[in-house]
Amino acid sequence: MAKELWKGNEAIAEAALRAGVEAYFGYPITPQTELLEYMAREMPKYPGRVFLQAESELAAVNMVYGAACGGVRTMSSSSSPGISLMSEGLSYIAGTELPAVLVDIMRGGPGLGNIQPSQSDYFQMTKSLGHGDYHALVLAPSTVQEAVDLTYESFELAEKYRTVVVILADGAIGQMMEPVELPPWRETLTEAQRPDWALRGAKGRPHRTLTSLNLTPEGLEQTNLRLQARLATVQRNEVRWEEEMTEDAELLLVAFGTMGRICKTALRAARRKGQKVGLLRPISLWPFPEQRLYELAGKTQHILVVEMNAGQMLLDVQAAVQGRAPIDFYGRMGGMIPLPDEINEQIDRLMAPPISQPELNQSGNGYHRHAAAAAVASRA
Amino acid sequence: MTSIELAGYDVVYRRPEALVNTTTHYCPGCTHGLIHRLIAEVIDELGIGDRSILVAPVGCAVFAYNYFNVDGCEAPHGRAPAMATGLKRSQPDKIVFTYQGDGDLAAIGTNEIIHAAGRGENLTVIFVNNATYGMTGGQMAPTTLSGQVTTSSPYGRDVELVGAPMRVSELISTIPGATYVVRRSVHNVANINKTKAAIKTAFQVQMQGLGLSLVEVLSTCPTNWHMTPANALQWIEDAMIPVFPLGDYRIADAVVPLTKRTRGGQ
Repeated sequence: MAKELWKGNEAIAEAALRAGVEAYFGYPITPQTELLEYMAREMPKYPGRVFLQAESELAAVNMVYGAACGGVRTMSSSSSPGISLMSEGLSYIAGTELPAVLVDIMRGGPGLGNIQPSQSDYFQMTKSLGHGDYHALVLAPSTVQEAVDLTYESFELAEKYRTVVVILADGAIGQMMEPVELPPWRETLTEAQRPDWALRGAKGRPHRTLTSLNLTPEGLEQTNLRLQARLATVQRNEVRWEEEMTEDAELLLVAFGTMGRICKTALRAARRKGQKVGLLRPISLWPFPEQRLYELAGKTQHILVVEMNAGQMLLDVQAAVQGRAPIDFYGRMGGMIPLPDEINEQIDRLMAPPISQPELNQSGNGYHRHAAAAAVASRA
Repeated sequence: MTSIELAGYDVVYRRPEALVNTTTHYCPGCTHGLIHRLIAEVIDELGIGDRSILVAPVGCAVFAYNYFNVDGCEAPHGRAPAMATGLKRSQPDKIVFTYQGDGDLAAIGTNEIIHAAGRGENLTVIFVNNATYGMTGGQMAPTTLSGQVTTSSPYGRDVELVGAPMRVSELISTIPGATYVVRRSVHNVANINKTKAAIKTAFQVQMQGLGLSLVEVLSTCPTNWHMTPANALQWIEDAMIPVFPLGDYRIADAVVPLTKRTRGGQ
């Protein structure tokens, strides 16, 4: 199939349609609104599929919860403040062990923040999507094509593991247009293909119950153990990342999503200058590619984490590296995007012979952290 | 449970098929169980048990899914109408009903019920109003009466401070998408029968795709009202009905024939 020029938000919606999504519920919020609008236009063209604009993100996620109870392929999309409102429902969906897909087109925060691209929902998505012990499977595309491919795959992943799958992109990916090759159309599920837990009416079988409630500690512990066992399987099977020029890298960039692709530009510029720079781009943020990062940390001199936030993935990098290499962080916040030149400036600084660090810390407009300094010092 | 067929006797009382044969967790004298039974009888009479889906609330009826022989799920506090919307829109051939208390529907869930009504969702809502938060131990609800002592209004509800009791049926009846909105009570036999007839109509409204139907049922909470069951029933009549008058708050033209048929059939 030939490539077509698609806007990120619309391409994600089209990918979901092609993956067989049957019910979409959402609420307008910039910079994801085109996704909802695309669904509003396209869903009615397919008999049996549902588009509904909810009165709030709170209602939208609970509509998803209801549809998911019926074993229906369902999704919602939003942007950062809307995701905060959805936390309650997402926790219930996790506690009830249901599949659902959620797209977060991140914007600047905290609070109402702004509508510029940001990566400041990393903690929220990977660590605290809602109350209770659970994780969503979080996938972070860095191009529109990757957003399409991950969205297309996300429904089967959600169903396989009975979990929430998050497509975590930002306003840049949502708004930009890129050439995309769309995946083939999949049929929606037939009645016979519905899962054996789905609420479809107790016809010729005992009635079924779906709930996240279990008042006995022994019972709820079992639920949690089952959840954790399933998440452990996800951790074994679904770790994804991309590497570029890591073989001989003396400095390893670690960045995800939009920041990952910008780092590729910085990497190429550095290589042209003869600097041995590599890149690890986590695609699955949960589960995090910690094992591969641990291996690479043993082969490199320095790690530079670059994010559009104050250093959130940085904590996962620190945990994975376990002090095997010094880690620096460069980030910008509030919708500011680190440009290749800024990153190259940091690369130059880190790869230059050591001189007075504190002075250089002030270079650039971004936010610096010498995250692993203490760990490295104690190891030495 | 063994069932015994007695030859030569007429069966005058039978557990509805739609009701699970189990004891409930409800307190003595609470009318939740009675309302459950009315719903179950209606489900049997309409023959919809194999295509009904219950959305239980957070509140005393949180375990309602354990008592009905129909598929059931449990919503976050107040969100039952949104969850029911997701179920009904994606499975329009099913009969989806919520069972919600006054804290659930009239406090934390006002947004969801108003907009479900606004969209004219084909849902049936059984709204049980007992003027208190039962499950958490008797706090003030939006429907708590003026002067009523609860654990969070220990000096009596002061309407100057916290406003007057919320009248849900009156409120919802102003929304065009809510085509059948009535308030009933279960404090005596005559009213129990009227409640059952209303529940039946409410389900029929959904079966005919006529929009959102809501039956508000005034219900007792002897435990948190600190009353005997008999006094609690009397309190509905003496104290609650003057504030929450029984009656039909909205019967859309399309629904009128259904109410006549139900009355005739009773």
